[in-house]
Amino acid sequence: MKEAIDFISQPWPWYVAGPVIALVMFSLLLLGNNFGLSANLRSMCAILGAGKHCEFFDFNWRAQAWNLVFAAGLIIGGYIAHAFLTPSGGVNISSQTIADLQQLGIEDPGKSLVPENLFSWQSLATVRGFIMLVAGGFLIGFGTRYAGGCTSGHAISGLSDLQLPSLIAVIGFFIGGLLVTYLVLPFLLTI
Amino acid sequence: MKILRYLIIGIIFGITLAKAEVISWYRIYEMFRFQSFHMYGIIGSAIALGIVFVQLIRRFKLNSVDGNPIQIYPKQRSVSRYLYGGIIFGLGWAMTGACPGPMFILLGNGVSVILVVIAAALLGTYTYGLLRNKLPH
Repeated sequence: MKEAIDFISQPWPWYVAGPVIALVMFSLLLLGNNFGLSANLRSMCAILGAGKHCEFFDFNWRAQAWNLVFAAGLIIGGYIAHAFLTPSGGVNISSQTIADLQQLGIEDPGKSLVPENLFSWQSLATVRGFIMLVAGGFLIGFGTRYAGGCTSGHAISGLSDLQLPSLIAVIGFFIGGLLVTYLVLPFLLTI
Repeated sequence: MKILRYLIIGIIFGITLAKAEVISWYRIYEMFRFQSFHMYGIIGSAIALGIVFVQLIRRFKLNSVDGNPIQIYPKQRSVSRYLYGGIIFGLGWAMTGACPGPMFILLGNGVSVILVVIAAALLGTYTYGLLRNKLPH
């Protein structure tokens, strides 16, 4: 048992993670559902009562309750990985990425999962932290619902079904991501 | 009890994305800088195998466990909503380094400030619901 835990405690290579993601999508299809996570945000809005004054949220979210249970599983999975399966905690990013981020003033890039001085409650009180966490989160919620899906719904489910709308959405994901990475972050990280 | 299956699949998915470092802000930054094959390998191999699974479902007209044919719905035809919506999501993805799945996994990893990102994402979804009829689709 200890050997098995040591084995899965190592960082997983892409050729293990990619197929597991495909298997997750396949199991959800076999259970009669479609794989996609951003629908949860709409369900949560409905649960919080948004359906009372906006018809977009006036739907039977209970029919999608499985997806909320799936999200609860993600939180538990994250906790298990963090509490029992992480010997080091570092991220194996390339030396080029480390050098680039050091130039932008990030200390010890890759030492932990996320840059600690950005992903903290103190950071939220700074202009930089507020934009990255609050504006960033807002854009995620607005954009995924507008595009009708996120990385799981479009990039994995949609492209696996060779759907053109999903390809357009994924191209959009990259246009937005590249804009932020090359134009916004160099400015934002150094203020 | 049926609902427990989704919990277990979610746990597997959560462990996978955590152990493959997909939930790391650094990995998303690195992907958008094209400085590693890691994220492309994960997404690419998931899609490649996913295509095989979807073809198998079609070819053999597989049923789901409840006995109904597995349906994969075609998404509505449009360019504007996928392009504009996609770009807006991409902006947020690169800023926070998280998308709707990894947000929850990061929470489990103890990154508590991600609750703010989740709350902001809910506000963004709600705002979309309010403006939906005024946006090009």
